[in-house]
Amino acid sequence: MTSATLLSGWGLILVFTALVALIAKPFGLWLFAVYEGRRTPLHVVLGPVERGFYRLAGINPEQEQDWRQYALHLMLFQVVTVIFTYAVLRLQGVLPMNPRGLAGLSPDGAMNTAIAFVTNTNWQWYAGEVVLSNLSQMVGLTIHNFLSAATGIAVAFALFRGFARAQTRNLGNFWADLTRVTLYVLLPACVVYALFLVASGVPQTFASLVDAHTLEGAHQAIVVGPVASQEAIKMLGTNGGGFYNANSAHPFENPTALVDFVQMLSIFALGAGLTYTFGKAVGNTRQGWAILWAMLALFVAGASIVWWREAAGNPMLHQLGAMGANMEGKEVRFGAAASALFATVTTAASCGAVNAMHDSFTALGGMIPLFNMQLGEIVIGGVGSGIYGFLLFAVLAVFLAGLMVGRTPEYVGKKIEAREVKLAVLAIVILPLCILGLTAVAVVLPAGLAGPLAKGPHGFSEILYAFTSATANNGSAFAGLTAGTPFYNGLLGVAMWLGRFLVIVPVLAIASSLAARKQTPAGPGSFPTTGGLWIGLLIATILIVGGLTFLPSLALGPVADHLTGAAGLLY
Amino acid sequence: MNRDIVAALRPSLVMTGLFAGLLGLAYPAAITGVAQVAFPWAANGSLVTDHGQVIGSDLIGQAFASPRYFRGRPSAAGSGYDASASAGSNLAPSSQALHDRVAAATKDLAATSPGSPVPPDLVTTSASGLDPHISPEAAFFQVSRVASARGLSPETVRALVAAHVEQPLLGLLGEPRVNVLRLNRALDEATVARAQGH
Repeated sequence: MTSATLLSGWGLILVFTALVALIAKPFGLWLFAVYEGRRTPLHVVLGPVERGFYRLAGINPEQEQDWRQYALHLMLFQVVTVIFTYAVLRLQGVLPMNPRGLAGLSPDGAMNTAIAFVTNTNWQWYAGEVVLSNLSQMVGLTIHNFLSAATGIAVAFALFRGFARAQTRNLGNFWADLTRVTLYVLLPACVVYALFLVASGVPQTFASLVDAHTLEGAHQAIVVGPVASQEAIKMLGTNGGGFYNANSAHPFENPTALVDFVQMLSIFALGAGLTYTFGKAVGNTRQGWAILWAMLALFVAGASIVWWREAAGNPMLHQLGAMGANMEGKEVRFGAAASALFATVTTAASCGAVNAMHDSFTALGGMIPLFNMQLGEIVIGGVGSGIYGFLLFAVLAVFLAGLMVGRTPEYVGKKIEAREVKLAVLAIVILPLCILGLTAVAVVLPAGLAGPLAKGPHGFSEILYAFTSATANNGSAFAGLTAGTPFYNGLLGVAMWLGRFLVIVPVLAIASSLAARKQTPAGPGSFPTTGGLWIGLLIATILIVGGLTFLPSLALGPVADHLTGAAGLLY
Repeated sequence: MNRDIVAALRPSLVMTGLFAGLLGLAYPAAITGVAQVAFPWAANGSLVTDHGQVIGSDLIGQAFASPRYFRGRPSAAGSGYDASASAGSNLAPSSQALHDRVAAATKDLAATSPGSPVPPDLVTTSASGLDPHISPEAAFFQVSRVASARGLSPETVRALVAAHVEQPLLGLLGEPRVNVLRLNRALDEATVARAQGH
């Protein structure tokens, strides 16, 4: 690896990061208009659709909900949509738009997939092009790519209102938030995005299979379908569930380096935008920027490590004469740099789309994606979930700062008291509890040990990665793990559900207790939550509270993998 | 609480149905409609045809075994370049299976072109198993074998490869690469043209 190649990889990381910072404000303003329920130019076309939906469903969008109602409506909607998709997947064999005659999914498989898409995880135990009909992809799955994203943003909006409002129980209306985000942000953006994807080579057809006779006279069956419409929201909604098994590594999902770059930007677009929206909502955009800078600092550090390790390559293969970067499980059109960057982006956000196979990354190159998820995907993070997850750490950070300097902690004009800190810790602790607890269960049971492809420390990493990805609602995998078994479908389904809603419910409760409180104007005694000191404190809190818990598990997996690899051990 | 659940049930059920119609049917149908009119070739899979027969997709790699053709990368998709079962090997860097596979492939390749370093992309599987590209180094590495199998001069074949090298966009996005199917098609044409020239 020449230093020029190394530098061009760093260059790519920096250009990408600068562009993320650049698009944060426009996307943030767009989301802010929707947060406030303001009329946008899109209302001319979509306003009647919105009103029609409310009328048919008996919804009064002006009717404010307290946190219990907000949470109840949200949860019931999730349950209904899980059942809906479960039914679509089970009944696939008798439903239309299934020219290849694919059978319905097994009960555990259908339930796992329904939960995976409803929770914005999009964990995929199956190969999409092998088991799913076009109808299942569209009606069963694509709708959740919109709705789970809109749900995440709705929860973020409710939390923003908790900070912005005073002496009220009202957090907004879940249905209004859900519908407006879907209609005025996600859908119009995806229409434009999907057409760009088609123009770049992503298929969009209701046909299913093309038979080709190759140059050497062999038969090649090529699966096509409505890929672009799913691909657009898959990225923008940080869902990550691919049409194909290979996900964004498949040339039909991600045909060019330009599309690849746009896909990475679109993973971050709304999450970065929401930091600005938060600043607008609490009346001080510098609060939002401070969050974004802390996120981007963690992001650049992570991306740099992955690129450094992947560029260094695999010494085992170097000994065989295959020099250069680690290209196993990577595509030539992207190369190691864009693959390293994509892996960092997709796990920093709660996306889980992949343009390279993380399982074949070098030990330390694959550790960063794992670590990103273990932090709770708050480095930009999933749409909505990234910012509300990050704000939990902000609450914790002001609490710690308050302890250190002996002052009542305040954040953006609200006193932070014991109740919020307890709820924040509850929401944060669910991650290590689920990840480490369920990994521990899997590594002692035969059904769990049957899963990994790799032996040795990397086999442990495959299991750890699966429960991390599921609990953090990411969806990427060390895909050597055979996860399509009742054991893994069941346990990972539980992890995804708990990882999503045992965070959302405490977040709404925090929003409620903040909303009830008076505004406290910042005084000379307030700890400033905008400058470099605050950003440093945030990063330290995230790394210590979020990261340290997982250090022993990382030592057993990727670190041991790296050390045995350096010693020349093969498994 | 019970009354609250009942009150939440109607919007949950109705909105599920409405969104399924809008996002699951109307949206993909509208995109399909526009795509089929505006970008029919890409929308249907960028299919390459020869005398009316589909021979593959411009975006999807295919298996080449004959010495007369440039080969793509090893593939973990089905039995190799199965475009209905994309897959990577998912082998860890510390995997004995990966080590053995690469050792065998490296040995085979080194025998066809002694003295040249083996390009890493030619002995590693791609993420999709359908990678349509190889690096320029991997293409140039195969020139002498292909030229001698076809009875073409190495210079002719090398020029053909050079003409098929695509560069990164703006010098930043992507890597230098060669589309193997395109190159092999051009190679067939060059061979036919030469035969007709005789």
